Amino acid sequence: MFRLTKSGVSGICKNRLFWKKPSRRESSLSDFEIQQRTEKIIKYTPPPMALYGGRHAVTLIPGGGVGPECLGYVREVFKVIGAPVDFEVVEVGPLVDNVDLSDALTSIRRNCVGIKGHIPTHSDDVSAKLKNVAFRNDLDLYVYVLCFKSYAGVRARQKDVDIVIVRQNLEGEYSMLEHGVDTWMVENLKIHTRTNSLRVARFAFDYARKNKRKRVTTVHKANIMKLVDGLFLSVNKEVAKEYPEIEHDDMIIDNCCMQLVARPQQFDVLLTPNLYGNVVTGVVCGVIGGAGLYSGRNYGEHYAVFEPAIRSGASPIAGKNIANPVAMLNASVDLLFHLGHREYAKRIERAIVKTLVEDKIHTADLGGTATSQDVVRNVIDLCLA
Amino acid sequence: MSIITRNLSKILVQATQNVTTRSLHSSVPALAATSGISERPDTRIRCTLIPGDGVGPELVYSVQEVFKSAGVPVDFEAYFFSEVNPTLSAPLEDVAKSISKNRVCLKGILATPDYSHTGELQTLNMKLRNTLDLYANVVHVKSLPGVKSRHEDIDCVIIREQTEGEYSALEHEGVKGVVECLKIVTAKKSQRIAKFAFDYATKNNRKKVTAVHKANIMKLGDGLFLKSCEEMAKLYPKIEFERMIVDNCTMQMVSKPQQFDVMVTPNLYGNIVDNLASGLVGGAGVVAGASYSANCGARHTYSEAVGKNVANPTAMMLCSAKLLRHVNLPLYGDMIRNAVDQVLKDGKVRTKDIGGQSSTQEFTYAVIHNLKMPGAHK
Repeated sequence: MFRLTKSGVSGICKNRLFWKKPSRRESSLSDFEIQQRTEKIIKYTPPPMALYGGRHAVTLIPGGGVGPECLGYVREVFKVIGAPVDFEVVEVGPLVDNVDLSDALTSIRRNCVGIKGHIPTHSDDVSAKLKNVAFRNDLDLYVYVLCFKSYAGVRARQKDVDIVIVRQNLEGEYSMLEHGVDTWMVENLKIHTRTNSLRVARFAFDYARKNKRKRVTTVHKANIMKLVDGLFLSVNKEVAKEYPEIEHDDMIIDNCCMQLVARPQQFDVLLTPNLYGNVVTGVVCGVIGGAGLYSGRNYGEHYAVFEPAIRSGASPIAGKNIANPVAMLNASVDLLFHLGHREYAKRIERAIVKTLVEDKIHTADLGGTATSQDVVRNVIDLCLA
Repeated sequence: MSIITRNLSKILVQATQNVTTRSLHSSVPALAATSGISERPDTRIRCTLIPGDGVGPELVYSVQEVFKSAGVPVDFEAYFFSEVNPTLSAPLEDVAKSISKNRVCLKGILATPDYSHTGELQTLNMKLRNTLDLYANVVHVKSLPGVKSRHEDIDCVIIREQTEGEYSALEHEGVKGVVECLKIVTAKKSQRIAKFAFDYATKNNRKKVTAVHKANIMKLGDGLFLKSCEEMAKLYPKIEFERMIVDNCTMQMVSKPQQFDVMVTPNLYGNIVDNLASGLVGGAGVVAGASYSANCGARHTYSEAVGKNVANPTAMMLCSAKLLRHVNLPLYGDMIRNAVDQVLKDGKVRTKDIGGQSSTQEFTYAVIHNLKMPGAHK
């Protein structure tokens, strides 16, 4: 069939090339491939930021559980203080279909900034995309930053805690590569790459330098997983050399958890791989006041997504007017800081602190009797005062 | 009898002209105090004001009166800024500085002479736009109730790139008798305006974006603009995207303007389509425009009618309503917008350009008397 004309030969060559590098559409890429940013995707240049006449467009994803009501409060507060932000609301349902999920992702790609509640994925199907994880993977949000600073006067097991957790947000145990030969054996591949470890480490040290932090502690389990966590640790040590003014040490995860419960005041910045970060976040939250107070920030090269620190919908208390709105309000403060509206951000931040510390208007999760709306009303009053 | 009362009221109005502010305060007693508006009561908003040339100052004055009567918490910072009267004009830097500080500006018309006296090619309008990088111009063309025009139910938004294209102010005469004008199109600015259009459509629940171009002739220049729009459209799967050549577009606009929703255009085509569309809904006096940069928004009227006390302040008032929406005072914005709608709907007070006999001042008073808290009349 192959004629040895010039064009025929070149035709075959083209075919070979094609087989070597199969071109796949983005929808058929696995989660892992998306995480690892195959050549194809990394080329993408983001559109200009949605900022018109000083007003930002921001994607708002209510999600499930208490998300919608808490984001409702955020919008109320923004309206009252006149924050120059326009929300584009995108509903993402808990069902399996991925249409509205991709809508939400495109919306963040357009606006570059989003704020979201927790989006549960109700599906037993193993192949179903986990929606919360999809955000980080598809938007390449490689780092999750959480600031934990104790509020004086809030019921908590530990006082005067001031910890920043910088968590690698993409890979590790979350590589979504699980398989089983049979029911008696399943495998999960935990993957660390140099590129991703490097950029998280760099982010953490830059953050420490910018915010005048003294010490960065790497949390790992390199004594057991010598290669995987070993890589993470060695990359951290390497980066630490570029920042001589910041002290660097490391701690094994089990010891770290114990120390966090016993004496959390000793920590400054914690730098962790994915799963450990998740665990450590839970521990810190529990020690200093619970799930309803703190917020987290997902950053990537181009996008930023803000959400409450504990990624959980808290569905049992949804719609009862008892959820603590502070976590989401703090997320909105982060959002305003990120957009550069410092004045507005500080106003809300001060109001939150005063509500919790001086006025002591606490919801049930902090041992108080106030409703969500009581807290929000007080915050609004203080913002206007 | 009715004639007598009408004449009497006219005389009264004229009599009050001299003591306008005082009589206004007594005729519309402190609306804001009783209305219970609680938007940002603590802060007043500063807004730069450029009255402009021709009818500009009168129109701006009407807006100020309406604001005063409605108790709108906005303070104006007025600058005399003019190209036809360069000696009295405030320097561009001062005006630009004020606008970038306040972030909003209400601006009347700046007249531009056809010939440049100084040999400079950029007009003052262009300079202001370029200094502040006001790249997007939005003209919302909407049929108004009670204004007779050829077509009904027009509701389209024309978004125009206004910092490049034919307005580059790069013209030269290389050989005697041959003048070249450079039309500049850049990918960055085309993408920016395309994104602006789609974001505007998303925010205002619009369904369709039409790109107006002439890429069949200017394959590279307009081609780049069109390509940028096409690329951006992929990010907005829920909004329909369509392309239309400018000549066809103007024809469609005249014969069936209802088909258009949001239109995104390069500079010069935008200017033409804007004026065409304004003509469809009742002329220059009733269509408001707005310009945006990343950080500032300036609103200006589309009016070019010069006269004494006959100009239509509708456009300026709709502008100010938009401005109030932009600075987070939507209740006041709605209040003024509704009042204007009501006056036009009643049709008793009309300025000459839309077939009436009333003066600018009378129209302003009519609007003031129709100011109502939104929801109060329900």
